[in-house]
Amino acid sequence: MRIEKKRKIKNYIALSLATLTAIIGLFWLVFILTSILIKGLSAINLSLFLNDPAPPGIPGGGLRCAFIGQLIITILACIIGVPIGVLGGTFLAEYGRNNKLSGLVSALADMMTSFPSIVVGVFVYTLVVRPMGHFSGYAGALALAIIMIPIILRTTEETLKLIPWELREAAFALGAPYYLVIKDVVYRGAATGLFTGIMLSIARVAVETAPLLFTSFNNSFLTLNPNQPMPSLTVTIYQYAMGPYPDWHRLAWGASFVIVIFVLLFNIAGRFFIKKRLKK
Amino acid sequence: MSDVLIEVKHLNFYYGSVKVLKDINLNVEKNNITALIGPSGCGKTTFLRCFNRMHDLYKGNRYEGEILLNGENLLKTQDLIALRSKVGMVFQKPTPFPMSIFDNVAYGLKLKGIKKKSEVEDIVERSLMQAALWDEVKDKLSSPATSLSGGQQQRLVIARALAVEPDIILFDEPTSALDPIATAKIEELLTHLKDITTILIVTHNMQQAARVSEYTAFMFQGELIEFDRTEKIFTNPREELTEKYITGRFG
Amino acid sequence: MDSSVYLKDKLFRRLGLFSSLTIIIICILMFVVLFIYSYPAIKQFGVVHFILSDTWNPVKKVFGGASAIYGTITTTLLALFFAIPLSVGIAIFITQLCPEKLKSYFSNAIELLASIPSIIYGMWGLFTLAPIMRIYVEPLLQKIFLPIPYVRYLFTGTPLGIDLLTAGVVLSIMIIPFITSIARDTFELVPKELKESAYAMGATKWEMIKDVILPYSRVGVLSGIIIAAGRALGETMAVAFVLGNDHNIHLSLLKSSTTISVTLANEFTEADFRLYISSLFYLAFILFIMSFTALGIAKFFLGKMRK
Repeated sequence: MRIEKKRKIKNYIALSLATLTAIIGLFWLVFILTSILIKGLSAINLSLFLNDPAPPGIPGGGLRCAFIGQLIITILACIIGVPIGVLGGTFLAEYGRNNKLSGLVSALADMMTSFPSIVVGVFVYTLVVRPMGHFSGYAGALALAIIMIPIILRTTEETLKLIPWELREAAFALGAPYYLVIKDVVYRGAATGLFTGIMLSIARVAVETAPLLFTSFNNSFLTLNPNQPMPSLTVTIYQYAMGPYPDWHRLAWGASFVIVIFVLLFNIAGRFFIKKRLKK
Repeated sequence: MSDVLIEVKHLNFYYGSVKVLKDINLNVEKNNITALIGPSGCGKTTFLRCFNRMHDLYKGNRYEGEILLNGENLLKTQDLIALRSKVGMVFQKPTPFPMSIFDNVAYGLKLKGIKKKSEVEDIVERSLMQAALWDEVKDKLSSPATSLSGGQQQRLVIARALAVEPDIILFDEPTSALDPIATAKIEELLTHLKDITTILIVTHNMQQAARVSEYTAFMFQGELIEFDRTEKIFTNPREELTEKYITGRFG
Repeated sequence: MDSSVYLKDKLFRRLGLFSSLTIIIICILMFVVLFIYSYPAIKQFGVVHFILSDTWNPVKKVFGGASAIYGTITTTLLALFFAIPLSVGIAIFITQLCPEKLKSYFSNAIELLASIPSIIYGMWGLFTLAPIMRIYVEPLLQKIFLPIPYVRYLFTGTPLGIDLLTAGVVLSIMIIPFITSIARDTFELVPKELKESAYAMGATKWEMIKDVILPYSRVGVLSGIIIAAGRALGETMAVAFVLGNDHNIHLSLLKSSTTISVTLANEFTEADFRLYISSLFYLAFILFIMSFTALGIAKFFLGKMRK
């Protein structure tokens, strides 16, 4: 009987520890989010969005140029990354289904999603920045696109594979060529999933920092020309947070607040869409 | 020879609000094989799983009535760990644990806190012999249990159940995942096992029930229609429903 | 069917094929470019010597990668040390203990940790966690471990909060969701009958977890750990904020250090002569190989498991 009691106590302790780990995990999440939101909130004001940075040490100023730069870089990255990702993913799920090359591409893409993003920055530096002789928004966009392609490709592949094969067969049986089957049946059936997947991928890539360090670099002036060095929120946070001025720190907090809100909104919206799709 | 090991009295069982077992009364004789037969969905597996309170693993299940094991109502016991070490179970598919052959058989002993090496080795050897597996595995006791064939795995699981000397072993369609040769071996094994323990077996195969069991219970839609000696059920059943089922003129 | 349909189908197919091939092209190109740019440094310092030498001196134009490699591996190991027990515990909680209704909420909350950008981890690490480590945690650790022989060397020095330990903690939080989600998925794959038969033997829930679920899902959990390690190896921003940039190897976990990615982030745009730049590329090349190997091994295990 004593051994049984011991076993039950052990069981109780082990399960309590597992519960404790879950609480710790949740604690980290809450701790990080609240400390960013609380410290960031006090840095939020209109001038953060409307003004450009003041010279170092002089209070005031905002991050207008960084918001705009971030937006331009992200849009450019999407223009390159989304079509290639979607087309490539479509090929893997449709024409290239079950062939060895597709398996290899799929596996490589999977690995690339966990790849050190700073190496991508270094890579694009050699491809674009060095030949052109200067940092540029284009280079930053290309770096983000390279990170984006495998993510969107895999999302597209997985989403399209969820569409039952019989649906395609039904369309083939009507005499439709494959590209029309994909366009009219597969894409239409997977629309919500594709949209959600692509939005979440963009949101994830848009807040990368490391690949921008040696590509779009930074700039404290407003520029709309992607052929010049371009400021971005993330690189600005890095520079300002590591800098010595309290005012810079304040701006870094403000930018962090905006990024966290952005990430939370996208995730909540994403879950909402996924749930809606599952209910259907 | 006719000692009653288990008495089932007015057993009702509910999944949520659905009553799936209705007022079942039955006695299980010691050192005998009792078979539960009936069409799929009749509740025979649900009934079997009451004896070791397997339903407690999932929410929303409720028992009513009594199952007396050695006079004690096991539906009321709080100590499921002790109960389950007295009531062994063998499942449809072989369930070797992800460990060596030896450790599989010794698992129940480890739980019971039996640590003495020579004692454990003796019991493992004895159990494997009882399960007619010893000769096939004695040279590879430390290999993973998953390396055995399906039929061997099933006999290993039986040896694992035997090691803790349970009062009864529940078999839930133990041969449905096996080929005919492996099935024959298990059936032969079952008829030997009743010398050392008591067996309650659910089977979808009527011939199997006729071949191995002393008693047979026929269930239909959650009710126990007829329970009697096996030869009586198969030669001269009392109920029309039973006769229809065993002669295959069902539904 | 008229021929323009065939043409369009062919065109669409080709576009798809080329798009998917960009993945392979990028991988190969990255390898080639990194190798070419590292070549001057490889020729100058060799392979073994570069990896083992901890001299990183731009003034004397001598470069060795040992300190950055040491920092990369140490922070990764620290992160795994903290994250593995937590993640496995969380996965056990989600699959075995959590009430069904809360399961998806809880899973999503843990996965949200993976959506937080690394720059945010960096900010939080620098301004919130580092002071806590400096003022409370590290002095406490010193109190406990300094009297213990040998172990004490891991905790010497003035607690600054900007050190290997803090970087390890931040990294561990970042990789928790990766290990947890793979562990959770593999735990769910354990056949129901196997779990039931452990209970049928009279096992407690913990004994069932320890003897059936954990051994059954070893390969899956292991590949989750390797993927997480691959992530931790290359993480830049979160570490750059809280590690400093010190090219000396210290045994103490309470000292600043550097990693390959932190060195790149800090020095790449400042490197002003060919050998310096080439040495940085060499480091990037080594990081590329390390991550690729780790992720490849994980992929291999996962593929094996699916079969």
